[in-house]
Amino acid sequence: MIWAVVTAVLAVPLVAAAFSPLLAWRDPIYILAGFAGVLSMGLLVLQPLLAGRDLPGLTPLESRHWHRWVGVTLVIAILIHVAGLWVTSPPDVVDALLFVSPTPFSAWGVVAMWAALAAATLGIYRQRLALRFRVWRLSHTGLATVTIIGSVVHAMLIEGTMEIMTKTALCALAVLAAARTLIRLRVWDIRRRS
Amino acid sequence: MTHPHLSRRSVMALGGAVLATGGTGLLLPARAAGLAPTPSMRGGSNNYRPGAPIVDRIGGGGFWMTGTVRRAGDGAPLPGQRIQIWAHTTEGHERDPQSHGATLTDANGEFRLEMPQIVPAFGQPHGHLAYDSGDFETVFLRPVMASSKDQTLAAHFVLKPV
Repeated sequence: MIWAVVTAVLAVPLVAAAFSPLLAWRDPIYILAGFAGVLSMGLLVLQPLLAGRDLPGLTPLESRHWHRWVGVTLVIAILIHVAGLWVTSPPDVVDALLFVSPTPFSAWGVVAMWAALAAATLGIYRQRLALRFRVWRLSHTGLATVTIIGSVVHAMLIEGTMEIMTKTALCALAVLAAARTLIRLRVWDIRRRS
Repeated sequence: MTHPHLSRRSVMALGGAVLATGGTGLLLPARAAGLAPTPSMRGGSNNYRPGAPIVDRIGGGGFWMTGTVRRAGDGAPLPGQRIQIWAHTTEGHERDPQSHGATLTDANGEFRLEMPQIVPAFGQPHGHLAYDSGDFETVFLRPVMASSKDQTLAAHFVLKPV
């Protein structure tokens, strides 16, 4: 049951976007970039739930492995999103990356991208960083929270291929999933366990 | 405790961003003492192709780009000024040569060029216009349509002599 819901969360916005009239006037690379962005929003719903071991049927270890692989997929999707937009219109992407774009959602997206890449880096180097676990976790979840809030504002301000109802629902789910995990794990409590 | 806090933050952020967008649109009106020149807009020159040909119509048409060109200071209309126009439309991306064209202002300093329907690209339905003929300082504009269903878009130039 829960897996049907998870599949729907990922698939329904993609299918809805596939019916966008805007696709008729876009090149394949631009369309690919857009869908990489839509997929990323879906993965942002999944990530907090996997981190919080909230999905039934997964052992904690499996949950962590999935979190890792969904994270890798998310980073790849973000890179495809940005690279595809770059190929479509280089000056618009350069403006966005330099924070001089006329569209405010660009800055939100770029901040979210850097936060996601930083969160992923913390994930990769967790062992080598030798931070105390709860300090590491607060850093990682802090960056992840910036990623999710940035991405939600980014997506909501854009008039693009995403269908508005599924976009709003997906964004709400991402925020709810993140809030649930942050609260359940009490990530702000970085005292040593007594 | 954290959940309402997070929601409020994202709502505030969204509201702030929307206000910021509105603010950029409000930068246009001229100052009272003498008509101030129009500054170029952020991103206005993106995908500019110098020397777009003067055309009767860009592609199949159906959408109208309109506007005026006046002189800074006294506000006198400027006839015969070449305005270049491009956008992401139903017939091509911004970078495509067929998406570009130019027109001249009439005796009243007004211009009108028919072009294909502009569709949202890079998140907003918008057009690009350039004045780049050398008699006045170069200006690039990037007006945004109030609705992507609009079939017309206006942009106004106040040019400063070089």
